[in-house]
Amino acid sequence: MGIHVNHRRLFALCRKESMQIVRDPSSILIAFVLPVVLLFIFGFGINLDANKVRLGVVVEDSGAEAQRFAEVLAGSPYIEVHRNASRPNMRALLAAGEVRGMVVITSDFSAKVRKGDGSAAIQVLTDGAEPNTASFLGNYIQGAWQVWLSQRARDQGLPQSAMTELTPLYWFNPTTISRNYLVPGSISVIMTIIGALLTSLVVAREWERGTMEALLSTPVTRAEILLSKIIPYYLLGMAAMLMCVLVATLFMDVPLHGSWWILFIVSSLFQGSSLGLGLLLSTVTRNQFVAAQGALTAAFLPAILLSGFVFEINSMPLPVQLATYLVPARFFVNALQTLFQAGNIWPVLLINIGLLLLSACFWLGLTALKSSRRLDGN
Amino acid sequence: MDNGIAIAIRGLEQRFADQIALHGLDADIHRGSITGLVGPDGAGKTTLMRLIAGLLKPTGGEIRVENLDSINDADALHMLLGYMPQKFGLYEDLTVQENLDLYADLRSVFGEQRQQSFTKLLAFTDLARFTDRPAGKLSGGMKQKLGLACTLLGSPRVLLLDEPSVGVDPISRRELWRMVGELAVSGMTVVWSTSYLDEAELCEAVLLMNAGKLEYSGPPAQLIDTMRGRSVQLRNIAGNHRQVLQRALRQPEIIDGVIQGRALRLVLRNAGQYPDMKGLEAGHDALLVDVTPRLEDAFIDILGGGPGGDSVLAAHMPEAKLPADVDVDAVISAKSLTRRFGDFIATDNVNFQVRRGEIFGLLGPNGAGKSTTFKMMCGLLSPSEGRASVMGIDLKHSASTARRQLGYMAQKFALYGNLTVAQNLEFFSGIYGLRGEHQRETINDMIRVFSLQPYLGKLAGELPLGFKQRLALSCAIMHQPPLLFLDEPTSGVDPITRREFWTHINGLVEKGVTVMVTTHFMDEAEYCDRIGLVYRGRMIAIGTPDSIKQQASRTEEIDITMEEAFIRLVQNDDQSREIVS
Amino acid sequence: MWYALLTLIRKELQALSSPQSRRILIMPVILQLVLFPFAATLEVKNSTLAIYNQDGGAASVELTQRLAAAKAFPHIINLYSEAEMQRVIDNQQALLAIHIPIDFSRKLARNEVPDLQAIIDGRRSNSAQIAFGYAQQVVSQYAQEGSKRPLPAQLVVQNLYNPNLEYKWFVLPSLVAIITTIGCLMVTALSLAREREEGTFDQLLVSPLTAAYIMAGKAIPGILVAMLQGTIIAAAAVFVYRVPFGGSVWLLYLSMLCYGLSLAGFGLFISALCSNQQQAFLGVFSFMVPAVILSGYMAPVENMPLLLRGISAVDPLSHFIIVVKGIFLKGYDLSQAWPHLWPLIVISFITLSLAYLIFRNRSGQ
Repeated sequence: MGIHVNHRRLFALCRKESMQIVRDPSSILIAFVLPVVLLFIFGFGINLDANKVRLGVVVEDSGAEAQRFAEVLAGSPYIEVHRNASRPNMRALLAAGEVRGMVVITSDFSAKVRKGDGSAAIQVLTDGAEPNTASFLGNYIQGAWQVWLSQRARDQGLPQSAMTELTPLYWFNPTTISRNYLVPGSISVIMTIIGALLTSLVVAREWERGTMEALLSTPVTRAEILLSKIIPYYLLGMAAMLMCVLVATLFMDVPLHGSWWILFIVSSLFQGSSLGLGLLLSTVTRNQFVAAQGALTAAFLPAILLSGFVFEINSMPLPVQLATYLVPARFFVNALQTLFQAGNIWPVLLINIGLLLLSACFWLGLTALKSSRRLDGN
Repeated sequence: MDNGIAIAIRGLEQRFADQIALHGLDADIHRGSITGLVGPDGAGKTTLMRLIAGLLKPTGGEIRVENLDSINDADALHMLLGYMPQKFGLYEDLTVQENLDLYADLRSVFGEQRQQSFTKLLAFTDLARFTDRPAGKLSGGMKQKLGLACTLLGSPRVLLLDEPSVGVDPISRRELWRMVGELAVSGMTVVWSTSYLDEAELCEAVLLMNAGKLEYSGPPAQLIDTMRGRSVQLRNIAGNHRQVLQRALRQPEIIDGVIQGRALRLVLRNAGQYPDMKGLEAGHDALLVDVTPRLEDAFIDILGGGPGGDSVLAAHMPEAKLPADVDVDAVISAKSLTRRFGDFIATDNVNFQVRRGEIFGLLGPNGAGKSTTFKMMCGLLSPSEGRASVMGIDLKHSASTARRQLGYMAQKFALYGNLTVAQNLEFFSGIYGLRGEHQRETINDMIRVFSLQPYLGKLAGELPLGFKQRLALSCAIMHQPPLLFLDEPTSGVDPITRREFWTHINGLVEKGVTVMVTTHFMDEAEYCDRIGLVYRGRMIAIGTPDSIKQQASRTEEIDITMEEAFIRLVQNDDQSREIVS
Repeated sequence: MWYALLTLIRKELQALSSPQSRRILIMPVILQLVLFPFAATLEVKNSTLAIYNQDGGAASVELTQRLAAAKAFPHIINLYSEAEMQRVIDNQQALLAIHIPIDFSRKLARNEVPDLQAIIDGRRSNSAQIAFGYAQQVVSQYAQEGSKRPLPAQLVVQNLYNPNLEYKWFVLPSLVAIITTIGCLMVTALSLAREREEGTFDQLLVSPLTAAYIMAGKAIPGILVAMLQGTIIAAAAVFVYRVPFGGSVWLLYLSMLCYGLSLAGFGLFISALCSNQQQAFLGVFSFMVPAVILSGYMAPVENMPLLLRGISAVDPLSHFIIVVKGIFLKGYDLSQAWPHLWPLIVISFITLSLAYLIFRNRSGQ
């Protein structure tokens, strides 16, 4: 059982596969149209940035201190203030999600502040139904409060040691535009769609249409059949990746600090894994529908959930964290985020490359094992 | 092994997970001959072919092809084998030339030899004009020819063809035969599988299979010879020939009978023992004439004789009722019926009328337009021009009222494969408005009539073909429709199931049901009262089977086959089209 | 004719209870129920904080201890040089590195503001910013306690509806929406495509059933499946994950019904356009992925640019998620849910009508 490859036969099969891809509208849709659409949606739709969060402010006190605080809030670049005189109204807005938090400055605020016994309180209510936004909002309001405190302290010539705070300095992605870290990750999702989902249909389709049977009765070898599926879809995936990277860097202003050839290597290895998985499903199930379902569950869902693309792996419970090591997308996303935003940081990249290589060999190897020269399996 | 045997099969048994596909086969296939592998769907023909091609591993016994073991020497085997599966193995998105190029490359046919092969094959298949057309856009016959051409590249020594002529127009079928015949002369061993028994008669040897068993192996002529003196035709029948058939089948001397136009073809139990003419009540002029036996007669004999002529189903059904204001002569009517798909005219100005209690057949090859016409008559498609009406109701406008009166059996018996037999029966009766006690009674009747009891809990998709057909028929008639539309109802079934089916149809027709049926099987056309020949969208002839045969006959010819008549009429039509254009 | 419709629905449900269908409908639900709540979290837990303390003074040591004690940072790396700090961030060993300068304690003693810097890994900017927030809180608290004078005013922060900002309370109600989407779309879109492929569709068209009935016969089982899956997930949310349920059950079912209708509309619309199962599958997929992303589940709608916000407004998932979260966490009543229910009804109406028209057109009636 050697790996016998006749070049002319292989070339003929690759050519056949490529022509089929080009002439099938659903392939073009999935390989080119959907990725660009998804890239835009991922890039602009999932925006975790420090945007202006809507905050409702109810000022029941007409005193100077209260007004001052309200002004500081309004001056924050991260907060969009909505004023309302009535607390119940604001509560309703909060419940409806029109504002993501509300600040109440009670009528005795200024008086208590002047008394200086520390009893003055600013009530902040956040919408806990959006925990992420609530966190951010809490932080922003804290920030505004710090500013207000330090302004007061300076005006009154008070010691400022209580004003100690942490100054943030961002390395990589200094503008903290979440797009810069989401888009590289989303490339892995897009490549999974092509690599696993599209190919999962391919072999099964040949079985269902009866062309596989005809092929197997010719002198072609298993290696030739497999390679003729892998090569065109690999090229397709890389073309899609190139397009995504160009769109990301040219139209979406996502920086790419790392080198192109490493990007190429990492993508190739990931493609190998995805293709292996997709072809395995297709070969084993011989049914397009079941294979596609399998690809969704085994490749696509993990690529979104478990790759670290949006959701932080460290925050997951330990068993789930361990499970992510089985997901090739995890290594790919890690490598991509570093390559794009940081550059060629070798310790990170080498580990990911090594694991991707392992993964690709595993899935492709398994597929090779499961491909049969006969209708009834090995 | 060189005593001229190309393929040696010994004790071959093939078992799949839940069934035995082949029961201990022994056969020898000679080199340079065309061997017919004959039998209905489910007989095991495809399984046997796949085993010979080395695509399946035998669970018992062995196969040697040109002295190569089908499994251990698979690589060498693929070098000298050509295999055309049922779906032809064509890539629909690729053009004719691209398909040929692919297979030429796969079989390492290069250079001078390649060019010569292409030229020869394109000429043979008459596809030279279509080299740039995608394979998916070819007609059925053209696809089959292309499939054969691709299989022939590389000049294989053994050629395996799985049902290459199913559904193809008779002219293309003859051409396929011609192509293959010429090849066999040059030393190629051909195994041609088919469910058409008349095709099998042309082979040098046949392997007759049924339900996984090999019933006969040898020259067809030999088998036919055993039937000598047992095939007769009853001619000049006066009165209702269907009723005469019923009476004939009740006679103990007769084991099988079918309608042939106005005559009946009967098979005797023993040579020379004729039935009592009085009992047949066929009229004064009726006479029994000896005719040459067919392979089908022998096959029926092997299987133990045909089914009886009395339909339990029909006995069960009430007289078909039509609303009073319906024109009895035009229960189904098509006027100037035309249907276009873009530039392509699928149905071109078709006219016909069907009387109450008549069986009207649309006959023609796949792609001729009979399905399109048929669908317009059922209300599934709306005509581009013209009028399709059923019981006087124009289907374009108020289909719903008409539908309750229709029974429809779709091609390949569209049943819900993942529901049980019982669930299918409940569903189809339910959507036609049967409920409560009446529904339950009707379903129980069907179960009894068609002997479905042991299969009630089985999934419809897993039924043997014959039972699928029965289930489909029962689902179509539970609401007692006065009109029945049957789309290729017997494609692929064994002759006995086919006869059984037609017994039911005949019985229903006796009760006044009007039947419209489509078929590509020429013999089946003879069971109809009148037929319309459809070719390339037009109805090129319409009338009783006998009148059409007469139309196509030259003077002094007595008895041409339906197929021959069809071919001649088609050729006439082609000529007249050329003159016009 | 009602009996005919019931027969249709019954047949569909029977087909759905085949072992293969059951596997496809139930297993992914269970898998996702187990995986999503644990994996889909934007919280910051188990993160590593690196501290480069150049000052040896008591103040800096105390600050370091406080940071180490913070729940958000179970892992601390002590650094001894700037180069190490750079490496630790580069190699993603720590999310955050805090640099305490050499004059920290001295400045504090003189009542001056010391220079405290946090180096943040912008590659994971969301988590980093939240982690930074936690660190910031520790620092502020420390600073305040150190000061002798009480602060002029306190900030009292209360997280309504979800006091501990438990991410699971956010994920699970949204999951009710997301998982039911997949099931309902699969049932409506694919079953129709399969009938066409198997030829039984012609059988239906020839029967007395009109296009409207056939569509209803596909839509209603889809809605029933959605409601069943929704019930399973809601029950798991309440009884297994202990998410509080503040609203009324009937309102939840009413919303599920409206949502189911809108989904069925999309499902039928997609399948009316496609001619085989594979296309229907890809069509459902191409609809679902953008629908989930633009629904507000992964990131707030208000952060999206105008065009995408517009699309989100016609995405039934976004409306349904708001209602479900509202019912679970905010105790919504009908008046509060209504602003999001009527868009669902309008969407259903439009998509169902479109599907019906395409249907009738294609079946040549």
